[in-house]
Amino acid sequence: MSLPLDTAQLLDTAQLLDTELICKDFPILSRTVRDGRRLVYLDSGATSHKPRQVLDAERDFYENHNAAVHRGAHQLAEEATDLYEAARRTVAAFIGAAENEVVFTKNSTEGVNLLAYAISNSATAGPEAARFVIGPGDEIVVTEMEHHANLLPWQQLCIRTGATLRWLTLTDDGRLDLESLNDVINERTKLVALVHQSNILGTVNPIREISDGANEVGALVMLDAAQSVPHTAVDVVALDVDFLVFSGHKMLGPTGIGIFWGRYELLEALPPFLTGGSMIEVVHIDRSTFAPPPAKFEAGVPMAAQAVGLAAACDYLSDLGMDRVAEHEHALTELALVGLQQIPGVHIVGPPDTVERGGAVSFTVEGIHPHDVGQVLDDLGIAVRVGHHCAWPVVRRFGVPATTRATFYIYNGSEDVQALLDGVREAQRFFGVPEATEPNVATVTAGVGA
Amino acid sequence: MQLESMYQEIILDHYRHPLGRGLREPFDVEVHHVNPTCGDEITLRVKLSGNEIEDVSYEGMGCSISQASASVLYELVDGKNITQALATGDDFRTLMQSKGDPTVAVKLEDSLEDAVAFAGVSKYPSRIKCALMSWMALKDATAQALAAHEQLSLQIENNQSSSPTAGKENP
Repeated sequence: MSLPLDTAQLLDTAQLLDTELICKDFPILSRTVRDGRRLVYLDSGATSHKPRQVLDAERDFYENHNAAVHRGAHQLAEEATDLYEAARRTVAAFIGAAENEVVFTKNSTEGVNLLAYAISNSATAGPEAARFVIGPGDEIVVTEMEHHANLLPWQQLCIRTGATLRWLTLTDDGRLDLESLNDVINERTKLVALVHQSNILGTVNPIREISDGANEVGALVMLDAAQSVPHTAVDVVALDVDFLVFSGHKMLGPTGIGIFWGRYELLEALPPFLTGGSMIEVVHIDRSTFAPPPAKFEAGVPMAAQAVGLAAACDYLSDLGMDRVAEHEHALTELALVGLQQIPGVHIVGPPDTVERGGAVSFTVEGIHPHDVGQVLDDLGIAVRVGHHCAWPVVRRFGVPATTRATFYIYNGSEDVQALLDGVREAQRFFGVPEATEPNVATVTAGVGA
Repeated sequence: MQLESMYQEIILDHYRHPLGRGLREPFDVEVHHVNPTCGDEITLRVKLSGNEIEDVSYEGMGCSISQASASVLYELVDGKNITQALATGDDFRTLMQSKGDPTVAVKLEDSLEDAVAFAGVSKYPSRIKCALMSWMALKDATAQALAAHEQLSLQIENNQSSSPTAGKENP
């Protein structure tokens, strides 16, 4: 089986990134898996691989500048602090933010929790934080496509405060049902927390429309951008949201580093989540005052090497150009969507076309459980994710127990999409699913990874 | 291709033609177990009678490994002595921890019969939970049923001995 002609043409004109060159920057992509097969990594939505430039930046920090930042009167401490703050400037520029609005966290999940617990803490934080206080009668709005990281913190906040959790539902093709927007977002709404790009459906949500609706009723908007910042140009000002979170490890950066961004006047009024060293102004035995943002939200010795690594990842992506990254992935996604839908028995879970859609492609194969599809793909060296993708309400909404999910990134080329399509057919052959009875399938797939 | 080592024909047979599937009455205890990593689920019922598992019935959804494992479980423990069934469960756990060591599978062949075909699964850490789910459910359900039976016999004993010695420890 080869790629359909029209999509092959599309690829010729649209695939802008030189993946062969890019792959040379990623040491892990030269290893083999499962008895010598080429690694076809289609799980960047879970975590991306790291280029040498990021690994070198971290290593250089530890080898030449290591110290606890914002402490110490010595040269190393100065250098480490400079690198850490330079990393903050780089990340801020990457998302169009001011540097004092960028808070380093562990990951997106911590960012969401930071906001949820800071809102909890505002109940006892004095008049300045009064605007954040929520309780019975107030509402927090999420969507049915949130993954657990942007659902449980709000669910639990509502349980703690007596506020009500509401959600925007989905249409059958995996988009937000906006018909109920004006009902769900209303004068009782205090916060709308939603995902920019779904990690399971691939849907890109109309953020401006939703933030306009929220602004009208005076509600704050928090955007979970864990799956968008790595893949497309994101400008916090243009999106007109109040808070935004993302993780470093999904965008070529190290694990253990993420970003919580907020508009400065909100960060000033918001009480802290974690308290301790670094985030203070004056400390007495029985009371303290806090440093201004972003330090107010960075208690303890921060993860400086990881911040430096994340900045290197931003530089790497900026050098490629985020618009080209997005276009490259768009082309691969189109290939995958078209190719998968040409295989009998394969169903896309999420938008079936590339309109307002990112590169997370979830699908089911009739007669084969996703775990078993994933196992066959793994045997061919193809790494995908299977299961509910930490978005259990989503799979439940679509009446499937789980899905198989392929996600694409800068180091993937059309040959990786081809491997996926061949692999799905091989799974059908292996499990004897009757839909896949084309005589040439076995011979084609025998060549994969050989 | 390593797939055949995991998906032995016996496993695929059990997956396609599961034995004893479907929830049945009467039962002593029903448990519901999930695998939170992948969302697989099983509902399992046991009916004990004396020292025997009179019936074990189940309904579930999940991958071929988890479903075939439940079918094999039914084959191995239905109508069997409780102690023996639990020992089989322990043997199955041992097999799942064997990391593909063939000597372990050989040793357990007599006890596990068809279930020894799952030896290949033990090489794949992410699939071990799939294979174990129904066995964990059985262990849980049996323990609950035994506890309930014990409770019941204690009550009967207490009621029978209406003398001042009522409530003393089991002889």
